Amino acid sequence: MSDSGSCHGAAPQTVNRKAGHYIALVGPPNAGKSTLFNRLTGLRQKVANFPGVTVEHHVGRVRDEKGRDLFVVDLPGIYSMTPRSEDEKVTHDVLVGANASLGRPDAIILILDSTNLQRHLVLAAPVLALGMPTLVVLNMADDLAARGGSVDPAALAKEIGAPVALISASTGEGVERVTHFLRGTGARPISPEPKFVFPILQTLPARRRWAGRVGLQAGYTAPAPPEWTRRLDRVFLHPVAGPLIFLIVVLGVFQGIFTGAQPMMDGVEHLITWSGGLLGSYLPEGVFRSLLVEGVWGGVGSVVVFLPQILLLFLFIGILEDSGYLARAAVIADRTMERVGLQGKAFIPLLSAYACAVPAIMATRTIEDKRDRLATVLIAPFMTCSARLPIYTLLIAAFVPNTPLLGQFLGLQAAVLLGLYVLGFVAAVGTALLLRSSVLRHAKTMFVMELPPYRRPSVQTLLLRLLDRAVIFLQRAGTVILLVSVGLWILAHLPYENGKPPAIEQSIAGRIGRAVEPVILPLGFNWKIGIGLITSLAAREVIVGTLGTIYGIENAEKDSPPLIESLRKDLTPGGAYALMIFFAFAMQCFSTVAIVRRELGSWAWPAAQFAYMGFLAYFGALVTNQMWLAFR
Amino acid sequence: MQLSFNKGGGETLAQLRTGDRAYLHRLDLPEEMSQRLMELGFLPGTIVVAAGSAPGGDPRIFRVDGSDIALRRDTASRLYISAEPLSESELT
Repeated sequence: MSDSGSCHGAAPQTVNRKAGHYIALVGPPNAGKSTLFNRLTGLRQKVANFPGVTVEHHVGRVRDEKGRDLFVVDLPGIYSMTPRSEDEKVTHDVLVGANASLGRPDAIILILDSTNLQRHLVLAAPVLALGMPTLVVLNMADDLAARGGSVDPAALAKEIGAPVALISASTGEGVERVTHFLRGTGARPISPEPKFVFPILQTLPARRRWAGRVGLQAGYTAPAPPEWTRRLDRVFLHPVAGPLIFLIVVLGVFQGIFTGAQPMMDGVEHLITWSGGLLGSYLPEGVFRSLLVEGVWGGVGSVVVFLPQILLLFLFIGILEDSGYLARAAVIADRTMERVGLQGKAFIPLLSAYACAVPAIMATRTIEDKRDRLATVLIAPFMTCSARLPIYTLLIAAFVPNTPLLGQFLGLQAAVLLGLYVLGFVAAVGTALLLRSSVLRHAKTMFVMELPPYRRPSVQTLLLRLLDRAVIFLQRAGTVILLVSVGLWILAHLPYENGKPPAIEQSIAGRIGRAVEPVILPLGFNWKIGIGLITSLAAREVIVGTLGTIYGIENAEKDSPPLIESLRKDLTPGGAYALMIFFAFAMQCFSTVAIVRRELGSWAWPAAQFAYMGFLAYFGALVTNQMWLAFR
Repeated sequence: MQLSFNKGGGETLAQLRTGDRAYLHRLDLPEEMSQRLMELGFLPGTIVVAAGSAPGGDPRIFRVDGSDIALRRDTASRLYISAEPLSESELT
C-alpha cells in the first residue's frame, strides 16, 4: 500500500525514454525505498503507467548538472529476482529488460536496510550479477549507529565491485552521495564496466553464505536488537491489551475524522459560501449567474467541503502504515481473516480500501495466491471508502442527534458512522464466505508477514502523499463533478416554457427523476434522490453535489438554506437511513469498475460484482425503510 | 533406515515454545512456499527463535536472520527443527 497508486482520474504519464536517462530504484520491502524516492525527487514526481503493463508507479525527475533530466522510477519491492507476485514480476521484467517499451534502465539504485545487512545482501547478489551500473545504498544509518552496529562502506564497495553509500533517508544524512551518483549517470555515457566479474550464485543458501562472507569482510557489526520494537510488540501483541489497543486505534480514527476535521470543514464551507455570494453580487442577474452560483458553486462546492475529512483519513492510515503498526494489525487480524477464507495479507489492501478501493485493488498484487487475490478484489469495494464520507456525513449531521454515548470519547453521530463502516465490513466478510464456499473453494494458503521495526513516519512522505490525494480529489471535483453539475443544471433548466425555465419538476432532469421514482419510492426516496442516484453512478460523492445543485435551483428565489435544512424537509428519517444503507452496498464508482476489469482481465467479474452489490443495496434500503415505516 | 509416523519425523517449529531456539532442519512445503520462506531467512541450518505470537496464539512470530516473521501454525508445523547444528553434508 505504500506505493499508493492514483485513485480515480489522475492522468497517467509515461516515461519518455528519449527525454533522458532513467534509473531504477529497487530494494526489498521495508528498506525505506519510498522515503529515499521522496527525498530525491520531492515534488517533481508523478504517478506513471508503464506502457503495456497494468502497473502504476511513481516516476520522479532529477536535474543533472548540465540541466538534463534524469528519471527515477520507484519499482515495487522485491525479495529476490525470482518473481512470485504480480508486483515482483514488474520489477523483474524492468531489470532484465523484458519490458520492451521501457527498456533496460541506465543504472540501478539498490537500497538495503543496513540494520539487517546480511540478509538484505542476498538480494544484492542477483541484482549486481546483472552487470549494470549500480549504487548500493545502505539505509537506516542512524538506526544502525544508535543500536551500536557499524559497517565500512568502502570495504563493502571493494568486496562487491560497486559504489556503496551509507545513508539515512529519513534524516537526509548522506543523501547527497546518491544525488551525486545520479548526476554521474547523466553526465557520461553509460557502459557496464566489465572489470569486476561478479560470481553467479544459483541457490539461495549459496547467496546467503556469500552475503555472510561479504558482510564479514566489510567489517559489519550487526546492531543490538531493536529494544523499543520488542517492548512495543509486547504491548501491541499482548493477548488482552493487543486487541483492546487495536479497537481503540480504530475508534480513535473515526472520532478523529468526525471531530478533528470539523473546524476545517466549517472554514472551507464559509469560504465557499462567501466566495459564491461575492461572485453572485458582481454578476448581472441571469442565466450565467444562475449557472455559476447554483450549478458550479452549489455542486462543486458542496463536495470540496469534504476535502479536510478525506485528507485526515489518509493521514491516519499513512501514519499507521509507515510506523509499522499496520503489519501487526494484519497479524492480529489473520485468524479472523482465515475463518472467512482470506488471509492476514488481505487485511492491508482491505484497510486501504477504507480510503479508496482503487489503490486497494492495485495493492492486492502482493497476494501471491490467485484465488485469495480474486476474493480480495471482489470484496474490497464493500469497505467504506472516503467517497462515501460526504453523503454519510451529510445524512448523519442532518438526521442523527449528537448524544454522547461514552462521554467525550464517542458520540452517537460517530457511532452511527462506525456502524456503517462495520456494516460494509460485514458485507465484505459475508461475500468472502459466499465466494469461498462456491466459486473460489480451495485449500488453505500460506500467510507470511514480516514485522518491520517500529519507525517514526517521515513527515515529508506523509505530506507528499496527502498532496497527491488533495490534487486527485480536486481534479475530480474540477472535472467529473463540475461536468455533472453543469450538465445537471442545464437539464434542470430545459425545456424553456414561454421564454422561462420550467419549475424543476417539469424539467428534463425532473422528468427523469420522476420516471425512476416508482422504483425507489418504497425505499423512501423521492425523485430528487433518484436524480442523485443516477448521477452518482459515476462516483459516490457526486450525489452531494447533485443535491446541492437541485436544492440550489429550487431555492434560488429565497436565501438558500444549508443543504442539511433542505434534506431534513425532503427526506424522512427512514429514507435517510435507507439512503445510507444504499450507499454502504452499491458499487457507485466508475473508477472501481474500470480497475477491477483491468486487474482481472474480463468484464464478467466487474459486471457480476456491480449487479450483486446493486441487489444488496436495493434490498438493504428497502428493508430499512419498511422497518422504519412499521415501527415509527 | 528408521520408520517414523509423521513425515520426516522430529520436532517442528510449531512445537517450539516462546523464548526457545532451534536450528532449522528442513522445509516440508511445496517449492513455491519454501522458496519464499527461504528468501525471508528460513534457510536450513539457520537459528530460529520463537519470539511470540498474535493474541490467541496464532499466527506465531519467529525471529530469523535478523527479522521477525509471522507464520501460521500449520505452516510452522511443516518446518522441521533440530537442537544440534546441521553437519556439513546436511547443509549442502
